[in-house]
Amino acid sequence: MGKTLAEKILAQTCGRPEVSAGEIVTSFVDCLMMDDALGPWFVDKPFQELGGVVKNPANVVVISDHLCPSGNVDQAENVACARRWCEKYGIAYYEGMGPCHQVLGEHGYDMPGTLLVGTDSHTCTAGAFGCFGTGIGSTEAAGVLCTGTIWLRVPESIRVAWNGRLPRRVMAKDLILKTIGDLGHDGATYMAMEFVGDTIRTMPMDERMCISNMAVEAGAKAGLIAADEVTEAYLRATGRKYPYHVFKSDEDAVYYKSLSYNAEELVPQVACPHVVDNVHPIDEVAGLRIHQAYIGSCTGGRMSDLEAAAEVLKGRHIAKGTRLLVSPGSDQVYRKAMETGILSILMDAGASILAPTCGACVGLHSGVIAAGERCVSTTNRNFKGRMGSYDSEVYLASPATVAASAIAGVLADPRQY
Amino acid sequence: MKGYPIHGKVHKFGDNINTDLISPAYYIGKADEIMIAHAMEGADPDFSKKVQPGDIIVAGHNFGPGSSRETAPFVIKGSGIACVIAQSYARIFYRNAINIGLPILVFEQVDEIRDGDELEIDPILGAIFNITTGREYTCVPLPPNIMELVKDGGLIPHLKKQRQ
Repeated sequence: MGKTLAEKILAQTCGRPEVSAGEIVTSFVDCLMMDDALGPWFVDKPFQELGGVVKNPANVVVISDHLCPSGNVDQAENVACARRWCEKYGIAYYEGMGPCHQVLGEHGYDMPGTLLVGTDSHTCTAGAFGCFGTGIGSTEAAGVLCTGTIWLRVPESIRVAWNGRLPRRVMAKDLILKTIGDLGHDGATYMAMEFVGDTIRTMPMDERMCISNMAVEAGAKAGLIAADEVTEAYLRATGRKYPYHVFKSDEDAVYYKSLSYNAEELVPQVACPHVVDNVHPIDEVAGLRIHQAYIGSCTGGRMSDLEAAAEVLKGRHIAKGTRLLVSPGSDQVYRKAMETGILSILMDAGASILAPTCGACVGLHSGVIAAGERCVSTTNRNFKGRMGSYDSEVYLASPATVAASAIAGVLADPRQY
Repeated sequence: MKGYPIHGKVHKFGDNINTDLISPAYYIGKADEIMIAHAMEGADPDFSKKVQPGDIIVAGHNFGPGSSRETAPFVIKGSGIACVIAQSYARIFYRNAINIGLPILVFEQVDEIRDGDELEIDPILGAIFNITTGREYTCVPLPPNIMELVKDGGLIPHLKKQRQ
């Protein structure tokens, strides 16, 4: 019987010839990533109780992103704790360079055929590299620090096939919102989603990462895309932290469920409050007044996102009474967008450019919203109160749709620009 | 009365009660008592005023989706909740709850339990008795090894005990 990509990767990380869905296995952890918010601040206490010795320091990385640039003293103390902890234990540390999942990719941590666990739920972003990335809690992270291993249930897989060329102004974000809308907020709970088809194959890594990133919004443990020549070209450019292994699902692999879509029929999608699977085509919600448009985060702040927004905004200006905030996904994205003139186009259109950060996406700083306000955003969650007041609303969409909405001052169809 | 180890009043919630509603990001990293004072705030602003030690949360499908924050089960446990019963759970929340020692059960017929009902629960037997209505139910019990971990107070105290 054939094996899925998830089964093949976990067999590799367990050092076994093969594993099957449903088995509980103990696996080597190639990379443990901790963020500031849920990392050393919470992990250190259980870590000390277990002896306070890091088993494999070279396989641990800490990335401060949620709470920096810090908006208050509490946040600054948390980041200072992460910084001190990494110095003390000789752990690789990145700060203020943008959301951890983008930084991981850019610095060679998302290695195909490896296991990457992180104290942030969107660790599934690494799946875009054929890396089994998954989110864990702080206590589990302490266990991984001390043992270098973790137990996991090998997941069943859902195969999601997209074929055909995406229409103009329709993006990976629309593709994943449509998939989650159909699958439901818990449609893939405990399972791996595996994305296949020529639509995915022809996408750059930026767009693939957007898709894998949101797998957890359907409850999935991982959102996998098999590594190919696009992945390897990206890895050659970024460098690699450790050896990798390229796997593909077998033709006769067994899936829990299969979905199949024609990308040519896809239209821009919007996830309406307050659940990510409340997804509608743009024409059903167009015209709704918005106050803030946000482009950024580990879902929608990459170079291809800023370029898509700039294409819509070039030569135009955002509506009066609407603000457009742009937080580039990393320091590298920021620099490239500056050097290529993308930032100038966005600023000419009226955008405020922020530091690379998770701040507004998680409602902590740098763009939180007031009661009665609506934000259309390239981020990943529209839960009640997510970006600020419990009496505000978040609509999730692609950067093209966010840009079009900023111009119109209402939710708008980017294909009209 | 059956004499089961958990006995308390029900706080009833619906589907998709996510981690932002359970443990708002704004309070993460503040003192434990502040985080706990805002437990479940997004779903019921008065929760922390109403909850009594030993009470029980009953919810619908997909309890705990969203963030990997362990503060979600932590503030529930810290507010005095002795057990959570739901039709299904998000993956990371389920694992985190066990790791911090919060008993958590899967139970389909939550529609037959109302807000304010008094329940008795034995998580090892998988027995739920609704004192208010007099009806008794069975659910999938927690396996003994997991219950032992929960009884020890979570993964860390459990591992320490094993080492001794």
